[in-house]
Amino acid sequence: MSSETKYCLPEGLPLPRAQRDGLDKEFWDATRRHELVVQRCKSCNAFQWGPEQICHKCYSADLGWHRVSGRGRLYSWTRTWNPVHPALRDACPYIVVVVELPDADNVRMVGNLVGDPHQQPRFDAEVEAVFEDHTAHTLVQWRIVN
Amino acid sequence: MAEYSIKDKVAIVGIGETQYYKRGQAPVSEFRLACEAIIRAADDAGIDVRDIDGISGYANDRNEASRLATALGLKHLGFAGMVWGGGGGGGSGAVGNAAAAVNAGYTKYCVVFRALAQGQFGRFGQAPRSEYISGPAAYTAPYGLFVPAQWVALRTHRFMHDYKINQEPLAAVAMADYYHAQFNPRAVMYGNPLTREKYNQSRWISEPFHLYDCCMENDGAAALIVTTADRARDAKKKPAWIMAAAQGSGYRHYAQVENQYDFSSANFKTLAPRLFEMAGITPKDVDCAQIYEHFSGAVMISLVEHGFCKPEEVMEFVTFENITAPKGKLPINTSGGNIAECYMHGLELVHEAVRQVRGESTCQVPDCKISLVASGPMVSPVSDLIVHSM
Repeated sequence: MSSETKYCLPEGLPLPRAQRDGLDKEFWDATRRHELVVQRCKSCNAFQWGPEQICHKCYSADLGWHRVSGRGRLYSWTRTWNPVHPALRDACPYIVVVVELPDADNVRMVGNLVGDPHQQPRFDAEVEAVFEDHTAHTLVQWRIVN
Repeated sequence: MAEYSIKDKVAIVGIGETQYYKRGQAPVSEFRLACEAIIRAADDAGIDVRDIDGISGYANDRNEASRLATALGLKHLGFAGMVWGGGGGGGSGAVGNAAAAVNAGYTKYCVVFRALAQGQFGRFGQAPRSEYISGPAAYTAPYGLFVPAQWVALRTHRFMHDYKINQEPLAAVAMADYYHAQFNPRAVMYGNPLTREKYNQSRWISEPFHLYDCCMENDGAAALIVTTADRARDAKKKPAWIMAAAQGSGYRHYAQVENQYDFSSANFKTLAPRLFEMAGITPKDVDCAQIYEHFSGAVMISLVEHGFCKPEEVMEFVTFENITAPKGKLPINTSGGNIAECYMHGLELVHEAVRQVRGESTCQVPDCKISLVASGPMVSPVSDLIVHSM
């Protein structure tokens, strides 16, 4: 895993904050340490993402966090050309990816693909997490592994 | 035989809509549009508006049942129901709820409606404005993933990769919708035909969707009246009998951040078998279908999940010739649908199914007896409806 100083998208998009009930605080805290974690049930070891108050497999409320490698598989992507938010007016096109994490039962995460926005990504390509530090939060982006 | 069934116990006896407008062009409030559509539906059914005693909505409609009942002076309200969330996925479901309520005796004349003035409230095609975000949207919004065009694009794109599908079926759906709209004076895109060249040259919204693969954003309202079999027999016009209705969702389809269990599913896999079982027919018996198209690409997946073709057959089945009236194998979206008639959150598709079995469509399928409606692919819940003439 690595970090990135150049932002994929400009400032001005909504700033992520942990939920008030604390459900995903550990996820956001971990990104600040450049670690990627996924919610995991302490009773039956099932992964789930996004996080929830109970485990969907065994209904245990005893849920923890599991650190994953940050390696994944590019499951799908779209290149967005239409600015759907004022902050994106001069930022199109950009690529949104869905990444599956094989070491967390293939839960999926969403991010941007680092690099040339005109590239033609290959489905199922291997990708790795890239941490993008902002003032008060860190985003998880993805880069194709050659 | 299905374990439970409302087959032929209730019928749609009236439909009505306001003029359909481009976003921001409705001259009156969204609430007035709702009232107007309901009054027209009652008129089409040949009943007094005050005889309506049930209201069924979906997509968390802003125009509350109690306010409508008060404004319209309904003598009493016996049923007020809402399909939770799901946007356009609740369209057929709201008809199903009305059918169930009528069949249970809660209401004699139940109106199903949708009013939408995107010009007066937020647009579906633009991100809501907020400085901070938390919860599931915090894992998507900071990456510029905000609107349905994008997440439907992600799911469609994977489906296209898995089954080696190119742009052709998407273009066919957009072209068919615009073609049908040219015969329909109600359609916002009436008199505004789409050529293949224009489609090809149109800008990308979010790949694989061009501009014309996307539904419009509109202002307007639509309403229909559901009643009992006895009352339907005395209706002013030919009833559209409800053969079957189904609503719901597959396993964990609402899992956030693109974690739905079946990634590129339109979410009809658990509904369609129930629907056809209740109707007692197979996909081959359907004369005409109205397949919700927020985005063209989701249509082919909905067709597959209703058994009209296999995923490997999409390229040969979803062609302009096959899906256009009057001669296509399965004419779809014969009013122009969400892409070219009006984005009335798919309720205009139910109206078109009724018109087809009445024989009143502007793109009439010859001898159309059975029409299917599939509402809101990929969201949760989604819903289905089959109407027929007797």
